[in-house]
Amino acid sequence: MSLGPYASFIVTSYALVAAVVLLLIVWIIADYRRQQAHLKEIEASGITRRSGRSAVDIR
Amino acid sequence: MTLTDLANPTKFLALTARILPWLAGVTAILLAIGLYQSAMAPDDYQQGATVKIMFIHVPNAWLSMFVWGVMSVAALGTLVWRHPLADVAAKAAAPIGAAFTFLALVTGSLWGRPMWGTYWEWDARLTSVLILFLMYLGLMALWRAVEDPSRAARAAAVLTLVGAINIPIIKFSVDWWNTLHQPASVLRMGGSTLDKAFLWPLLVMAIAFSLLFITLHLAAMRNEILRRRVRSLQMMQANRVAFTSEVGTGSRDGNASQEIGAA
Repeated sequence: MSLGPYASFIVTSYALVAAVVLLLIVWIIADYRRQQAHLKEIEASGITRRSGRSAVDIR
Repeated sequence: MTLTDLANPTKFLALTARILPWLAGVTAILLAIGLYQSAMAPDDYQQGATVKIMFIHVPNAWLSMFVWGVMSVAALGTLVWRHPLADVAAKAAAPIGAAFTFLALVTGSLWGRPMWGTYWEWDARLTSVLILFLMYLGLMALWRAVEDPSRAARAAAVLTLVGAINIPIIKFSVDWWNTLHQPASVLRMGGSTLDKAFLWPLLVMAIAFSLLFITLHLAAMRNEILRRRVRSLQMMQANRVAFTSEVGTGSRDGNASQEIGAA
């Protein structure tokens, strides 16, 4: 597969899209873990939800 | 599970826990197929291999507008129906929409340099998309600036609905004004003008990116619900601490007043 004289423009475009999408995925996963850690920390201090269910349990 | 059940954040979290792995899997498979088809697509007789940028530029451009549409429906949900998940959906969608708009602008610029001879032109299509990007950033700033989520939600909903005026301007800018950007060639009256060799990879990539958005959006909504759960538990914690110290201070005050009274 030859990309011709403008290969650098094509490769840069695809690489940039891959990088931004990966960044979004990593950011969302890290945010999820951060919120779970906060909830565990608060629950460990004895604060619970009014329903009595664990705040960390999402199932 | 009915649609109204989804108004309950706990049930919504349970649903996302079940469907997110499947959605992520289907998205990954479709992206792989779309990327393979894009790589195998023939060169265009005018643009050569540069046409391959279209397979990532167009889905990102479509999604930049679609995400604002989703946020506009969510804004109505906040202002009219006061749906508990509406502002969660709007807030979670904004950074993802901003990322897609950024990618549409940059890949368009990288496609424009070899085809038009310039990275940027202040014409109607490019400028209106840049305004859309700035509006996404403005909304994200607004969400961060107002501490109370429900107050921020109402202000953001109004701003989102006002900003929705820009969407038809973006869509029809290529028809209403003279621009360097080509007119619509896929979603147009009379059918697509694209050859099937380009149309199929483009449609597969568009579906894959749409599924990517749905997956990321559901995951970001789940995070936002958990963030609000953290906030409400922290407020309970703060209230408990305040109550405890108030009781302590109250007893000291009581002693103080007795002392003053005694004096």
